[in-house]
Amino acid sequence: MQSPTLLALPIVIPLLAGALSLIYWRSRKAQRIIGVLGSSGLLIASGFLMEKIWREGTLVMHMGNWHAPFGIVLVGDMLAAFMVLMTGVSAVTTAFYALGSVSKQHEHFGFYPLMHLLLAGVNGAFLTGDVFNLYVWFEVMLVASFALLILGGERAQMEGAIKYVTLNLVSSAMFLSAIGLLYGLMGTLNMADIAMKIGELEDTAMITVVSMLFLMAFGIKAAAFPLFFWLPASYHTPRVAVSALFAGLLTKVGVYALFRFFTLIFPFEGTLSQSLMVWIAGLTMVTGVLGAAAQFEFRRILSFHIVSQIGYMLMGLALFTPLALAGGIYFIAHNIVAKSGLFLISGLVFRFKGSYELKELGGVYRQYPMLALLFLICAFSLAGLPPLSGFFAKFMVIRAGVEEYAWWLVATALAVGFMTLYSMVKIWAEVFWKEQEVCHIKPPRKFRGGTRMMYATVIMLAGLTIFMGLAMEPLFRICMMAAEQLMDTDGYIQAVLGVTP
Amino acid sequence: MITLMSFLVGGLYAAAIYMIMRRSIVKLVIGLVLLSNAANLLIFTSAGMTREAPPLIPYGALAPEGAVADPLAQALILTAIVIGFGVLAFAVVLIHRAYEIVQADDMDQMKDTDT
Repeated sequence: MQSPTLLALPIVIPLLAGALSLIYWRSRKAQRIIGVLGSSGLLIASGFLMEKIWREGTLVMHMGNWHAPFGIVLVGDMLAAFMVLMTGVSAVTTAFYALGSVSKQHEHFGFYPLMHLLLAGVNGAFLTGDVFNLYVWFEVMLVASFALLILGGERAQMEGAIKYVTLNLVSSAMFLSAIGLLYGLMGTLNMADIAMKIGELEDTAMITVVSMLFLMAFGIKAAAFPLFFWLPASYHTPRVAVSALFAGLLTKVGVYALFRFFTLIFPFEGTLSQSLMVWIAGLTMVTGVLGAAAQFEFRRILSFHIVSQIGYMLMGLALFTPLALAGGIYFIAHNIVAKSGLFLISGLVFRFKGSYELKELGGVYRQYPMLALLFLICAFSLAGLPPLSGFFAKFMVIRAGVEEYAWWLVATALAVGFMTLYSMVKIWAEVFWKEQEVCHIKPPRKFRGGTRMMYATVIMLAGLTIFMGLAMEPLFRICMMAAEQLMDTDGYIQAVLGVTP
Repeated sequence: MITLMSFLVGGLYAAAIYMIMRRSIVKLVIGLVLLSNAANLLIFTSAGMTREAPPLIPYGALAPEGAVADPLAQALILTAIVIGFGVLAFAVVLIHRAYEIVQADDMDQMKDTDT
């Protein structure tokens, strides 16, 4: 079997860039150049990877030429490739935005090396085909995120970080315990190998226990109901560039792991996990959006909306048809773009007005009409108005729900869509439309280079959400291919182990 | 031995969760230490314990003879210990900084970011 090196590049490039920026620790300029080059390189490599997988199907790389199931494998199927591509998009926007927004002091504290490390962890988690290796990548990602979260050292950041660190460590411990039990049951940790052998196991009660442990662990990471409390308590505390990166990527890794485990490894259809997932999806949507309705701080509202959007992705998994899974996958991609865009806009508003509190803000539309337009695009995309990407994402999962006669879930999803629109209109009315009440209105600032860079990234994301809506046909085919590969576990096993189960 | 280990692991989990639910952030970190150790011992136990049979392959043979201890579980635990150590070192620094900034080690004093 040949080993496509391309598969390792999305992990190697950020690791290399991170190491290089550590070498140039004292030079801000070098770190910024490496940040831009590294993330652009990642995006290009992931584009090539996607194209190769589109043509040749699932790629497998045996690390050190130790063949599965004994060695660790990297597996690139369409889902992994799509996720890696979106990570590349997120990386590029963060790197460019950081040029304008991250202060000198934070750059000296190591923003860039940590960002690269985080990206390496995320990509590793997407590409690995080994359960324990997945745990290791999760930890790489977590450690980097811990340090990024407290960059700045404010009181709120410390408090947020304690909750974030505790709950994520609890989740990691659960993940590790589940791995231990799974290894005790199966004697292997290769995902394909487990998938092949799990059907032969007689102790189905134990499989349920292990799958529930994984569900809990990934549920915490994905911020699903009722395990999401760490997210709104911490995501509004770090720098905006960090918030946007977290909002775009971290929870999606949890969702990805759920998609992978419950399609490939554990029996899902008609089991306890599926009926649980239906409830989890519905309640996550509702609690997230209701939490957002009660908030009056720009980034807290957005944080709660992350939770609510996770519900839609899980709905795709819960329905478990090819269309539903494709919808879930498309939703992840759409959410990375729209949500990062909104967080970045909140950063621009903060730069102009010096606040995130809706009460203190106002009049942005009059002073910065361009910013208002960009907000409208991203917000409408999040709420699901055509022809933006959010519309098609919701349309796909809801259509799948109708086909499965899951009326309650469909009704919930539609109602939550309206509530999202309400939240976005609230931000629009308070931040952009109303007159600023407090009289210390500053005159519009002149754009410096940094602000222009921040604008450029937001324009790119807003453009991308329009593009993803308009270019629905090819994206739909990509998502359908990913979903069909997920349903076809035999194909995955065949690709990794080279045997037909 | 398995029974003994099972009780030990269960006890560690119980103690860890008890400590995590206390209000003091120092006890919280102690709880996290116990939790990661409990998980490591769980892997050790569930992977099966074989006494006095190192996984050595005799000279000239291709596979070890008879039942030997599983080296993979120990490799997993070693990795998990290293990761756990790094993460806990971070957690200790974090609670120290949090204590300096918030001037309290009580979780109930840290509600500013709650919603």
